[in-house]
Amino acid sequence: MSEPATLSAAVVGSDAASGALSGPRGPKPRRRFSRRNVFIYGTLIVVALYYLLPLYVMIVTSLKGMPEIRLGNIFAPPVEVTFQPWVKAWSEACTGLNCDGLSRGFWNSVRITVPSVLLSIAIASVNGYALANWRFKGADAFFTILIFGAFIPYQVMLYPIVILLREMGIYGTLGGLVMVHSIFGMPILTLLFRNYFTSLPEELFKAARVDGAGFWQIYLQIMLPMSLPIFVVAMILQVTGIWNDFLFGVVYTKPDLYPMTVQLNNIVNSVQGVKEYNVNMAATLLTGLVPLVIYFVSGKLFVRGIAAGAVKG
Amino acid sequence: MAATRPNRLFRNLTAKIAAIPMILTALVVFVGGTVWTVTYSFTSSKLLPKTKFVGLDQYERLWNTPRWMVSIENLLIYGIFMMVLSLVLGFVLAALLDQKIRYENTFRTILLYPFALSFIVTGLVWQWLLNPDFGIQSVIQRLGWQSFDFDPLYNADIVIYGVLIAGLWQGSGLVMCLMLAGLRGIDQEIWKASRVDGIPAWKTYIFIIIPMMRPVFITTLVIIASGIVRLYDLIVAQTGGGPGIASDVPAKYVYDYMFQGQNLGQGFAASTMMLLAVLVIVVPWAYLEFGGKKRV
Repeated sequence: MSEPATLSAAVVGSDAASGALSGPRGPKPRRRFSRRNVFIYGTLIVVALYYLLPLYVMIVTSLKGMPEIRLGNIFAPPVEVTFQPWVKAWSEACTGLNCDGLSRGFWNSVRITVPSVLLSIAIASVNGYALANWRFKGADAFFTILIFGAFIPYQVMLYPIVILLREMGIYGTLGGLVMVHSIFGMPILTLLFRNYFTSLPEELFKAARVDGAGFWQIYLQIMLPMSLPIFVVAMILQVTGIWNDFLFGVVYTKPDLYPMTVQLNNIVNSVQGVKEYNVNMAATLLTGLVPLVIYFVSGKLFVRGIAAGAVKG
Repeated sequence: MAATRPNRLFRNLTAKIAAIPMILTALVVFVGGTVWTVTYSFTSSKLLPKTKFVGLDQYERLWNTPRWMVSIENLLIYGIFMMVLSLVLGFVLAALLDQKIRYENTFRTILLYPFALSFIVTGLVWQWLLNPDFGIQSVIQRLGWQSFDFDPLYNADIVIYGVLIAGLWQGSGLVMCLMLAGLRGIDQEIWKASRVDGIPAWKTYIFIIIPMMRPVFITTLVIIASGIVRLYDLIVAQTGGGPGIASDVPAKYVYDYMFQGQNLGQGFAASTMMLLAVLVIVVPWAYLEFGGKKRV
């Protein structure tokens, strides 16, 4: 009933406002500070601040001296900025009898991550390629087992792998841990590569086959150059995943090979000595720095990696 | 016919050779390892695995151990809250980000960055934030609210909620991302149609969009759930299982019995229970996802 009335009122109103113009065009402009916008942006900003808070507190705490931490509150910015905690965390912090800081863990993590990433991606990309283009009998069965394996809790397989590695004589070594990372990276990476290779036009593969190219030739000369983006996604996924690993590092290596996460935990949660919160936070930040940098630099590719990992293709 | 047989085996030979790592991983590690662990959970292995079978003794002992009951209870509390809250939080945030807002990328980057951090880092940061002498509690007390009491990490009754806060902070960004992808997959025509019919946005979300996103929700739930069962690093870093055993979880129980308590049998039995829990989640999902398709 009231609709025609409001409509005509709106028309009259807009006519009066537009004056010489022939009338408003396009969609109705939204008011910038409508209740809706205030609600949306307000909520998002509050949530974003909450998510940023721990990072902020980490940074602020790591730049304070201990006296200031004891007196002030954790949210206050440092009065006197000091980089001493960072230096100490990197080169002097103690785990047990060793006092050479996190740098040892950092280099261990590098030595673990680089070969693990390369090996796991090499294996998984060949697997994915074989599954997409060279389907052999039973291939799908193995693939299904592999995908189901991704859901098995690691705890179930921890001990059998200890035995396996011991039999192979690589238990407690770098090589053993690299192998473990390659095994547990396989399900998700194989899925990633299989889906990507399947999405490539089959004609390419067939044409190369007609021209007489073999398994490796097609892989190296046609598939590899075409799939750089997916390799980058896989690398991001693996570097962050392996860098952040704790369980495998603690189970399959010895103390002098402990990755950074394990060493960090040992430094911060050690019961001896006075707790130096600023050093702890500097050490925590240092450990989180590598994945954080990768995350902020890679942006959308990171999202693509986790989405590919999460949503089956 | 007989002549073609060997041919078959050697067809695609290179592909088969190239797939050997996958085949070995699937058969030896995943199937073999699981069968091995389940088998040895029926033995009385202590320091070393032995083949002296004792039936269900380990399981009986397991379910009579108070520590195991505490871990199960913790996992249930953490799991239920984590699933519900991260789904609700993730969906609401995704819906807010889906309103064609400005700075969407910035907001998404901020909400997802904790996911790039390890559980160790997450646990240690929240240990510091929840520190009763310097953290949030002391800051609010100093602001004048003297009786403010929020000390989850040193209170056995609520310690698991302290872990939950950290877990949510780390994991909800992922859920938000998956939900956002799901929302973007919804046909815009549906929104137009519901607007033409004058249905309010919240009703459209609850009665139209969410039912349409059922597959996304189920996949997300399975991912969250299988992450929850694995919960280990976060506990080790944030509470160390303490105070006492108050924040123990099954994964930590398994590790402690296998590698520190030198009671392998208990560890195997406990990890078999974890496997059972995962099967209860994954098998119906796999049936719905893959088994259901054939019928349609």
